[in-house]
Amino acid sequence: MELLKVEHVTKNYSGHKALDDVSLTVNEGRIYGLLGPNGAGKTTLIRIINHITAPDSGTVTFDGHQLCQDDVMSIGYLPEERGLYKKMKVGEQAIFFARLKGLSRKDANLRLREWFERLEITSWWDKKVEELSKGMAQKVQFIITVLHNPKLLIFDEPFSGFDPINANILKNEILRLKENGATVIFSTHNMSSVESLCDDITLINSSKNILTGSVADIRQQLGANRYRITIEGNPEELLQRLDGHILKKDIETISPTQTSVILKLTPDVSRRELIKLAADSVDMTSFAPALPSMDEIFISTVNNFNKEHK
Amino acid sequence: MSSKIGIIISREYLERVSKKSFIITTLLVPIIMLALMALPTVLMVFHENDTYNYAVIDNSGKIAPYLDSSETLHFTDTNVPLDSAKADENFDGILVIGSDILENPSNVALYNHDAGSIDVESTITSKIKNAIETERLKAYNIENLSQILDEVNADVQIATYRISKDTGEEEASTSSMANFMIGLAVSFILYMFLIIYGQMVMTSIIEEKNNRVLEIVVSSIKPEQLMMGKILGIGLVAITQIAIWAVLIMVSVGAIIPALLPAETLADVSAMNAGQAISAGSDIETIRTISTLTNFGQVGMILTYMVIFLIGGFLLYSSIYAAIGSAVDNIQDASQLQSIAIMPIVIGFVCATVVGMEPNSTLAVVLSMIPFTSPMLMMVRIPYGIPAWEPIVSIILLFLTFILMVWIAAKIYRVGIFMYGKKPTIKELIRWARYK
Repeated sequence: MELLKVEHVTKNYSGHKALDDVSLTVNEGRIYGLLGPNGAGKTTLIRIINHITAPDSGTVTFDGHQLCQDDVMSIGYLPEERGLYKKMKVGEQAIFFARLKGLSRKDANLRLREWFERLEITSWWDKKVEELSKGMAQKVQFIITVLHNPKLLIFDEPFSGFDPINANILKNEILRLKENGATVIFSTHNMSSVESLCDDITLINSSKNILTGSVADIRQQLGANRYRITIEGNPEELLQRLDGHILKKDIETISPTQTSVILKLTPDVSRRELIKLAADSVDMTSFAPALPSMDEIFISTVNNFNKEHK
Repeated sequence: MSSKIGIIISREYLERVSKKSFIITTLLVPIIMLALMALPTVLMVFHENDTYNYAVIDNSGKIAPYLDSSETLHFTDTNVPLDSAKADENFDGILVIGSDILENPSNVALYNHDAGSIDVESTITSKIKNAIETERLKAYNIENLSQILDEVNADVQIATYRISKDTGEEEASTSSMANFMIGLAVSFILYMFLIIYGQMVMTSIIEEKNNRVLEIVVSSIKPEQLMMGKILGIGLVAITQIAIWAVLIMVSVGAIIPALLPAETLADVSAMNAGQAISAGSDIETIRTISTLTNFGQVGMILTYMVIFLIGGFLLYSSIYAAIGSAVDNIQDASQLQSIAIMPIVIGFVCATVVGMEPNSTLAVVLSMIPFTSPMLMMVRIPYGIPAWEPIVSIILLFLTFILMVWIAAKIYRVGIFMYGKKPTIKELIRWARYK
């Protein structure tokens, strides 16, 4: 079931193209990673989804109808650049934002108390935001984002500024929200969190959508004919024998005697042939298909795109 | 959706009204104002304790008998030479009258030890003038001269009435001086409020932008609604403050002023209001000023217009300030653009004195119609009593301009709040306003 469908969206800012014909579909109940280098156009896209700015052309469909102002009630947004009213008390401020999202004062109060108890921060209620540390303020802001039980949650770099313990608490809360039926758009540069959280991703570069799909599919696809072979001794002979069939190779020294080679081969070399070749030429201690990490996928996809479009 | 504006308004309002600084200024300013008004009276009391002692060397022998001493000004007729009189520390000064004073009235000199008092100087001048005139008249040898002079002496008191242009009826006379002062005071209050509260809107927007709290707020409410909510919330704060002041003024006009004034003065005031003659010896200008100040109808009308012009002026200027605030990242960058907003307010205030002196000149009428200066300048003219259509047209123009301005400001605001870094020029602001 599609919750959000962005079709051919283009947005220009005085002479600069922020989004160029971007399309993507976010399915209900999934965690969707929105990736891309700085300045690629992610924030613009998020603002369009939040109905803060309108696209120059293209359409955004939310929950089966064209996105409208009232839909912001069903969206929770945690921007990358975080800020709260410094002079306002935490509880009062959270109620203010909850009311802007359509909750009644009473409802907001009830839900907030529950959240504050679960995250063990009830003592913060009457503190002014300026008295909180950065991480504490971010926790409050996270609660504000999710309090009205939105269908769609948009987190822009949610873990930045958190220590590993709190980052983990947050991660579990996001997964809990997903279990309860929320759909999450997750924008980050932290690729390991993409691997552990995201179901689908879109990679935006230079205002264009350059890679889209489920994380598993993309890794499988980009990991086709890619292997990690660990060798006792020198891998030279194996590499010589494979000459002409290697698309990409990475060599890691594991110990003074052990070396690991990651090879991406042309489709004409089958796994069987490779194992045979390796067994003949070197002292192999392990052999495994190597799925690329999201980090590698990000870097290689963006670099390839930039090379092609120079 | 409009309830969202309500949430913004109540946040902006409550945040400011509950501040200690707001409560203190609201209560303290009227007290300081009253103290300033009371200051001249206090000074007068101290002033009267001073007694000046003057030695008089009258070479003509004609003038000294006329210089009768009073409580504060004491004359001592003496024959000692000027130099020894100068050395005498008992005297504050020496008055030397020439022997040909009757023929040559300028042959008088006054020597002071300290800086001379203007009061004393003018008293002495008028006493000598009277003496010379009386002496000269005596030279004509007219019989019963002093009786004739008493009979001839006339004490003129002009009672002024204003013919209302609307009803054609005569209205109770008001003091031009009091009107002028009231007009200037109200104009000054408006000037202060427009600048202070306009800037409050601006800094509040800059702060939100700087804080990055804006991004969350606009993901819940349209930027235009946020801007409008902010303007209205802060506007309500201004109205609250002025309302508290108005109540304090009305109370002091209704209760404190009459209680402080002597009974005869009050009798004179009510006599004047009833169109009757006031008792002889009372200063008609003073009575008229008090009459104007304690006229509830007049004070109430002025306060009503003041609130209307305050609202209109505030809405107009705060939308300009909002647009400026949205365009910059910090207060320093705002200073240059701010002049767009401040200039007309200052011009309006500077012209207030001129308009107050000639309230019906063409310049006055035109400036009090132009929306950017009208709040300050129409308020200067209203106390004099002008045709009712003039303030009404001026108010309509003011509010129409506000609607146009807030529309432009909202467009600039919508773009400006997401612009960080470079300080925009006026040209860029105009371009933002044109974005669809």
